[in-house]
Amino acid sequence: MAEALLTLTGVNTHIGHYHILQGVDFAVPRGELTMLLGRNGAGKTTTLRTIMGLWQASSGSILFESVDLARRETPAIADLGIAYVPESMGIFAGLTVQENLVLAARRGALEDARLEWIFRFFPALKKFWFLPAGLLSGGQKQMLSISRAMVEPRKLVLVDEPTKGLAPSIINNLIEAFGELKKTDTTILMVEQNFHAARSLGDSVVVMDSGRIVHSGRMAELAANDALQTRLLGLSLETHQ
Amino acid sequence: MSAADDTALPQARIDLIPIALVGAIALAAFAMIGSASTWVTLTVAGLAMGLLIFIMASGLTLVFGLMDVMNFAHGLFIAIGAYVAVSMMRLFSGAAGAESFLANLGAIAPALVAAIIVAGLLGLFFERVIIRPVYGQHLKQILITTGGMIVAEQLIHVLWGPDLLPLPRPTALRGSFLVGDIAVEKFRLIAVVIGLAIFVALIVLLNRTKIGLLIRAGVENKEMVEAMGYRIRRLFVAVFVAGAALAGLGGALWGMYQESVTASIGAQMMVLIFIVIIIGGLGSVGGCFVGALLVGLVANYVGYLSPKIALGSNILLMVMILLWRPQGLYPMSKQ
Repeated sequence: MAEALLTLTGVNTHIGHYHILQGVDFAVPRGELTMLLGRNGAGKTTTLRTIMGLWQASSGSILFESVDLARRETPAIADLGIAYVPESMGIFAGLTVQENLVLAARRGALEDARLEWIFRFFPALKKFWFLPAGLLSGGQKQMLSISRAMVEPRKLVLVDEPTKGLAPSIINNLIEAFGELKKTDTTILMVEQNFHAARSLGDSVVVMDSGRIVHSGRMAELAANDALQTRLLGLSLETHQ
Repeated sequence: MSAADDTALPQARIDLIPIALVGAIALAAFAMIGSASTWVTLTVAGLAMGLLIFIMASGLTLVFGLMDVMNFAHGLFIAIGAYVAVSMMRLFSGAAGAESFLANLGAIAPALVAAIIVAGLLGLFFERVIIRPVYGQHLKQILITTGGMIVAEQLIHVLWGPDLLPLPRPTALRGSFLVGDIAVEKFRLIAVVIGLAIFVALIVLLNRTKIGLLIRAGVENKEMVEAMGYRIRRLFVAVFVAGAALAGLGGALWGMYQESVTASIGAQMMVLIFIVIIIGGLGSVGGCFVGALLVGLVANYVGYLSPKIALGSNILLMVMILLWRPQGLYPMSKQ
């Protein structure tokens, strides 16, 4: 396994009176796509938001290339080369597709070659370039949300349920895009409920339950072990779509 | 970058109904007033009033849109702008009283610039000391900004005295232009020009610059803007200061429009400003513009046609618009 790019150690997160993350420990190997799985309410989204600084960890450390993210604010975390694709997609509905991508390009102007690379997976974005993003379909909004993370090289991309509610053909587009993104040595931590996507993309896997990590290992091993899937996730991944 | 195959594209549509409403109200008023010259005079007065309110309100609507901060002390910046203009016009009273327009400009320009600077600096101080400790706490925001407004009014009494102060317009800006039997006050026309210039500048800023994109994006989803690496707090401070500076400019112009200033000028204007930003849709500059025009025109038309209900006409306008569009004319999508 590759060296860890991101390491969470004893991370606790409270939201109001609720103790959501209860000592989360896991590592995300550099250059790999790590799947974060678990039942609804297990704490997957909270984990991503805590890494991104959108919710503050009450204790523990989140080491990213020896920098502790738990002590940083969200913009400073993004400055380290970390992009976030939230479950809600977080697109700016009143801004055009172009404007959404312009804002995502922190280093300066949009690079034509990078855009053409993105348009290969998501041609609809080129077609709707000057259209307000709020008029896009759900799938196209997700494409835009992911494209914002891809518009310039990142070290780590956090993705929360990208295939949720999307048609199979669009899911295939997303799988292809993430596959290509992996080839650029981008490390990805993804929350996903769709087994086809999880098995196609995941190199390693972390399973959460009730705010704790209950399993970590290789995705291929979990995908091949129905008994383990049932024990960890409550049902076989094959039926978990 | 060009979009391919435009035929299949859904089209972005601008909602023209609120703009048409402004025209419809003007036409209805024309039918009721019956006299073209009176209608033109009232319309220009309404546009001037509306655009001055827009100058004062535009910053407040963005401040609310960006950070959900309800600043009831926004009127403080209006009052300070007006009082600074009084002091500056006294300082340059010779130039203000001269017959030459250029000499007048030598009085009014420093007065407006000083109003902008002082109100902007006060905005910076106010954001740091009063607003920052109560981010995200609406009840405390209302209480502390209302308290700040009361304290500021008393400080104005200490600095400038409790009496109404005259703010005479420079000589060249007094009187009216006469076109046939139509009389249009010069100052109102200038207020219209300044208001339109500021509206255009704001629209260009919001739509053609990266900082404008950030403001629009921040109004929709500030969390995502931060996740992209932008410091929304810094952006908010910049918008707050710019909003205070615009309120100061608006206060100076409103004082000249009224030709007098009292310490309660800000508190009085806040009623109209809140009506405008609620009608327009909180956080929407375009909505604020249309809302301000509606308020200005309705106040002037009703004041002429039925003075007895003039006082409540804008409240009635707000109620009717909110019954029609509960989120305002141009609601912002917030996440």
